[in-house]
Amino acid sequence: MSFFNDENRKLADEIVARYPRRRSAMIPLLHLAQEQAGWITQDAMQEIASLVDSTPAEVLGTGSFYEMFKFHEVGKYVINICGTMSCQLLGADDLIHHAEERLGVKAGGTTSDGMFTLERAECQAACTEAPTLQINYRYKYRVSTTDFDRLVDQLAAGALVDEIPQHGVLARVRQSIPTDRSVGAADPADENEPPVWMISGAQLRPEGGGA
Amino acid sequence: MTLRGTPIARAPGFIANDTPRIVTSRFEYDDSYSLDRYLATGGYEGIRAALALGPEATHGEVRDATLLGRGGAGFPAGVKWGFCPPGVWPRYLVVNGDESEPGTYKDRLLMELDPHQLIEGCLIACYAVGLSQCFLYVRGEMAVAQERVAAALNEAYAAGYVGKNILGSNFSVDIVLHWGAGAYVVGEETALIESLEGNRGMPRLKPPYFPAAVGLYGMPTIVNNVETLANLPWIMNNGAAAFTQIGTESSPGTRMVAVSGHVKRPGVYEIVNGTTTFRDLIYGDDMCGGIRDDNDLKAFVPGGGSAPWFTEDQLDIPFEGRVAGSAGSMLGSGAVMVMDSTTDIPSAALTLTRFYAHESCGKCVPCREGGSWLEKILTRIVEGEGTNRDLELLMEVGQTICPGDFPHASSERLGLEAVPFPYQMTTICFVGPSAFTPVHSAMTLFRDEFEARITKRDLIPVAVIGGES
Amino acid sequence: MTDVNQSASSTVAVTINGVDIDAHQGELLIAAAERNGVYIPRFCYHPRMDPVGMCRQCLVEVDTGRGMALQPSCMLTVSDGMQVDTESEKTKRAQEGMLELLLVNHPLDCPVCDKGGECPLQDQTLAFGPGESRMVEEKRHYEKPIPISDIVFLDRERCVLCDRCTRFAKDVAGDPLISFMQRGNETQVLTFPDDPFNSYFSGNTVQICPVGALTAKPYRFRARPWDLEEVESTCTTCSVGCGVAVQASRNELLRYQGVDVDEVNHGWLCDKGRFDFESVSSAERLRTPMLKNPDDAAELVGTEWNSALNAAADALRDRSVGIIGGARLTNEDAYAWSKFARTVVGTNNIDAQLADGLDATMIASLPKATIHDACSADTVLLIGPDLKEELPVLFLRLRGAAEKRMTKIVEITTAPTGLTRYAAESHTSTPGALAHDVSNVLDADPSLTTGRVVVIVGRANLAASPSEVEEAVGVLQRRIPAATYLPALRRGNVMGAIDMGLTPDLLPGRVSLEVGREWFENAWGTVPDAAGLDTAGMLEAASAGRIDTLVLLGADPIVDVPDRDLVERALAGVSTIVAVDNFATTSVRRADIVLPASGYAEKGGTTTNIEGRVSALGQLVTPPGTARADWMIAAELAYRLGGDLGLESVGDIAAEIATVVPSHLAPTPELSPETLLEESDVGDTSDDDDEQVPVVPSIDVPAPAGWVAPAMSEMKPADSYALRLVARRSLYDAATATAMSPSIAHLAESAAIRIHSSELARLGLTAGDHVNVTSSKTTIAIPVAPDDSISRGVVVMGVNQPGVGAGELIDLRSAVTEIQLETR
Repeated sequence: MSFFNDENRKLADEIVARYPRRRSAMIPLLHLAQEQAGWITQDAMQEIASLVDSTPAEVLGTGSFYEMFKFHEVGKYVINICGTMSCQLLGADDLIHHAEERLGVKAGGTTSDGMFTLERAECQAACTEAPTLQINYRYKYRVSTTDFDRLVDQLAAGALVDEIPQHGVLARVRQSIPTDRSVGAADPADENEPPVWMISGAQLRPEGGGA
Repeated sequence: MTLRGTPIARAPGFIANDTPRIVTSRFEYDDSYSLDRYLATGGYEGIRAALALGPEATHGEVRDATLLGRGGAGFPAGVKWGFCPPGVWPRYLVVNGDESEPGTYKDRLLMELDPHQLIEGCLIACYAVGLSQCFLYVRGEMAVAQERVAAALNEAYAAGYVGKNILGSNFSVDIVLHWGAGAYVVGEETALIESLEGNRGMPRLKPPYFPAAVGLYGMPTIVNNVETLANLPWIMNNGAAAFTQIGTESSPGTRMVAVSGHVKRPGVYEIVNGTTTFRDLIYGDDMCGGIRDDNDLKAFVPGGGSAPWFTEDQLDIPFEGRVAGSAGSMLGSGAVMVMDSTTDIPSAALTLTRFYAHESCGKCVPCREGGSWLEKILTRIVEGEGTNRDLELLMEVGQTICPGDFPHASSERLGLEAVPFPYQMTTICFVGPSAFTPVHSAMTLFRDEFEARITKRDLIPVAVIGGES
Repeated sequence: MTDVNQSASSTVAVTINGVDIDAHQGELLIAAAERNGVYIPRFCYHPRMDPVGMCRQCLVEVDTGRGMALQPSCMLTVSDGMQVDTESEKTKRAQEGMLELLLVNHPLDCPVCDKGGECPLQDQTLAFGPGESRMVEEKRHYEKPIPISDIVFLDRERCVLCDRCTRFAKDVAGDPLISFMQRGNETQVLTFPDDPFNSYFSGNTVQICPVGALTAKPYRFRARPWDLEEVESTCTTCSVGCGVAVQASRNELLRYQGVDVDEVNHGWLCDKGRFDFESVSSAERLRTPMLKNPDDAAELVGTEWNSALNAAADALRDRSVGIIGGARLTNEDAYAWSKFARTVVGTNNIDAQLADGLDATMIASLPKATIHDACSADTVLLIGPDLKEELPVLFLRLRGAAEKRMTKIVEITTAPTGLTRYAAESHTSTPGALAHDVSNVLDADPSLTTGRVVVIVGRANLAASPSEVEEAVGVLQRRIPAATYLPALRRGNVMGAIDMGLTPDLLPGRVSLEVGREWFENAWGTVPDAAGLDTAGMLEAASAGRIDTLVLLGADPIVDVPDRDLVERALAGVSTIVAVDNFATTSVRRADIVLPASGYAEKGGTTTNIEGRVSALGQLVTPPGTARADWMIAAELAYRLGGDLGLESVGDIAAEIATVVPSHLAPTPELSPETLLEESDVGDTSDDDDEQVPVVPSIDVPAPAGWVAPAMSEMKPADSYALRLVARRSLYDAATATAMSPSIAHLAESAAIRIHSSELARLGLTAGDHVNVTSSKTTIAIPVAPDDSISRGVVVMGVNQPGVGAGELIDLRSAVTEIQLETR
């Protein structure tokens, strides 16, 4: 039973090590699983359970609380059209109806070619640019129905692959804490002293440091 | 550090005006998010100033600045920091970057466009309060913000600004980028901590009221909003006194406000706290420039989707928490949503109620069951299937979530007297009441629009058989 | 977890509905109100779990100095000056509102719901609810019900999401196999797909479910609550002694429910204890006495009591007799059999333990600890079996205490146990070397010897001689003189049997034969001179032809004595076997005379748990056929042998115990069987009101036996080619409690030998392959199962799993059991 490929397994161990308690890595590891497979499989949850010292039931329990995790196959591009107030005031409902017709699926559905999953989403924090949508969590602002059609055409033609990675990939830059710079995480149960600078005050070298 | 793929377009929305620029000062540079730009514009001088002052004095400076939390509750950050019980270690910092309150758009800009400013803010907080590790929780759907913060952290670690012996001092702290996965309620600080612990993001019981006492892993934890922390470098560089020169005594500094909906120039503005009024914001030439098509203003949500609505009667209220509170609403997360005279009020209310019903974590019965029941009743009304009784039912279900007097805006015109915010509630957090807020505001201010939708009569109970009629 | 036992807590001034109540510092308002007779409705609150404040049903108006406001009373600790109004308009309105919302999506299928009639949702709706529903929309629908384990069914439509079952699974049982899934209005409780809620404690979730969402297979659609009769009793499935309410309808046991005994079980039961009521009403129960068919030794033929008792009396008269067993008996039964053996049969050959326990004198003389002591000790030293498998609720208590950091568990074990992951330290011990390993652990960390130390002592390995445990106790007594001990002996009333003298070296009251002789000769008239044999001794003697008649008093030595070969030789070596039992077990089928005994809930009496706590056993149903109480069988046999035990009722026996048994002469009221019998209003207590006069007023009450620990023996060097066998028990095994309870019988795992995967690889075996296992006794074939938690050089096998038992391989005379594995 091994879900993560070697590279991701190494990454998973690195992520787990950043937290004082393993379980905190639950959501990042679910993201990593979704990045690898596009959605979250049972194998993935079983492996995550063992990585974070939990049970598969708890992994699914935690994962299914969050909107972004998909427990069934979804399209290569998940299109989330915002339907919350600011977007609704500026025509989100029309955009969603249009999208449903254009893609031939109801919100929540996936096109038969597996390219698109359409979702009605909640506020995306781009309210001034309404109506907005996200494709695999990349924003498109002030989207008209014409814009939408053009987007779908471009995606179907593979024109936006550089801008929009496949579903599951979020940040394409990962945090990487260099070992020689890392302070490290300790279980709070094993650590009950104040940090050193709180005891002695900071000792700033006269010449300073940094870049 | 270069990003893979093509460069990502700058986040639009920010509109500069004449306000002093505390947190948005680098927003117009193309490379605002790079370390080079940050250093060229005074970056990481604030933490240097703090290190020279020592932790206690740094904390004192922030306390003196009366920096109000920008996440929604508006609690002074310096006071919150002081709630850590003495002698209990370790302590943690959790950065709330889970911006998702309807209408709110500012933290994402701060993370995408000036991540180093945020990182420096984190360092100052950790240094002042003795926080041994920082978790920077970015909303899951904000892939670009995650990339920018990750890249900035990688630069900052490499350059010695984060990690062991920062700037050669004995101050050492790790900042760990953490990211969510789509759940509005996680913006509530105890739910945020639950989520960070790898659990379902359900708010914790109160008391304790502040995670500063019992937070992450049961340890003292400071949860601060992104914008709050982004103010810290400026405060350390310029001093608390300079900060309090801006705005009013009780609401100093500036704040970022997103104005969306039916205005001519929707956008994110950095405005002077305490003195700027909603009229300035919505009608000011250097800001939104008025209502689209010069329509009349019907109503506006002054502080994020949870806030009770205002109308033109409240336009002259300034961005001052207590004034807005006693007028029956709140400034919340700096999100103004404007509805013009063409707005279909029941539909607008339904959109917000649906949001909160959908985002209920499911813990408290009134929110879990009541919120979705409100949504069902409201949907029925909007679709023309409602009955007379449904209007009362809406209010009664709402009363189960928020018993007692519910705040509403004072209006001589409408014969309303304000009940001060906040309201009483039967739930742990504000998600439940927030499902009722739009219903209550809309029904109070525009009941006629609901009544106009009622096409059906209640079934009249059959009279007692054989009774007189 | 809220401790009901608020010891030494100060009082807080709280007013509820205008009346001052007695509230303790730190107490939750909902609990303080209930203690004072004000019941606040609730669904999620449970006194034995941390509050979650989910259902909001317990909202009441509270003023803590800032004006009246609705507050959830399950989350609010009482404070000085608190004013509470549980009857105000606002409170009522809130409580009605919550109930209305809870019913919004509830299916209201009460007529076909098992919970109907005992349903908190139903009851509280009646008492606090709105009386009508205004919900006209479609309710939530789910497939109903779905099995979430072999025993438990879940109906998500009925669920009110109170988090009780999920909290129990995670926080109390440590088996988070069920969890909330989805969010908001779609939240539901579920397992992971294909990963059922297989917890030893799953039945508790059914009991604490405040609606009919969780139901247990054995009770589904069996009865309506108002048809149930109930008696409070004590579970005797193991020796923890959990409080239990036994429920029956029409003379058939239908359900056990946990009763919250603060000192013992906190309301919880293990699934074996909860569901093995099925074995009591099993069609396989012995209903009539039987005699061996003279023409066909393989057949037992039914007879009537008179013939069977006469035949048994003949077999006991003037013969060399050994009596094995008795831990199934009540204290009163055990006393009667002890007196019968000593005064009528004239033998000390009697032993309630089956060569799988510990020296009774040691157990009787060690300073005792309670479960509470263990859960609050600075250190619990665990040198015994896997408590999760053998004493599950003790495991639950210790796990909870360790998780709350109320105690620290230090385990010294040959193979990982259920407590290993909760133990502060888990040290691996080599089979046979326990005393050395204990000594080494104490050397390495002398701090373990300070503070309050409770030792839990039992048999971790039935393939090693008990002397390793006795030596280890010797080490502990020298190194930690103040330590107290909690014996981990598992059979239902083994402690009561030892107390009542069902042991060769002790007379009733834990007194030695020598010290107690005068006292008991006075009380009973006679005590046999010759020292008695323990079970191993009796079996050796029987196999050498020195015992004529073997009485199996609820004992199944073929599967329980860990030396199958010895038992076979013994059974072959005696001329008569008399069995007194509930079932025709493997051993009973070999008997010449079978006497059916009444079983659990079929007789009143008392039982004694591992702490020495005596509690009542309730009677609710009649025994099958003509089965009789064990004490009656003893009395009848005595009569036929020309004796008279002078015992005519359970009450008689209880009264005699209270006047004769030294340890029970001045018991605290809670330890007095008499008081218990009276209070519980069960059993046939004697109705004569004669003042009980001490029988032997002139003699000093004999002192309890003392025990001298054996010296530490030399360590036997391990045979480098051999593996050492660890033989342990599992909760579900092939014994009757499990095997005769259809709902749990299939949960017993088939016999297998567990071994580190590297050893398997060395032998070229994969999981499931059969391997030949050879010891000094024999060779058996058994499937292998890889288990990397087991040390190399050690293999683990079950004692009595379906299939082949470890007893085949074990020689009771050997210090350890060494085995060789060969591929077949």
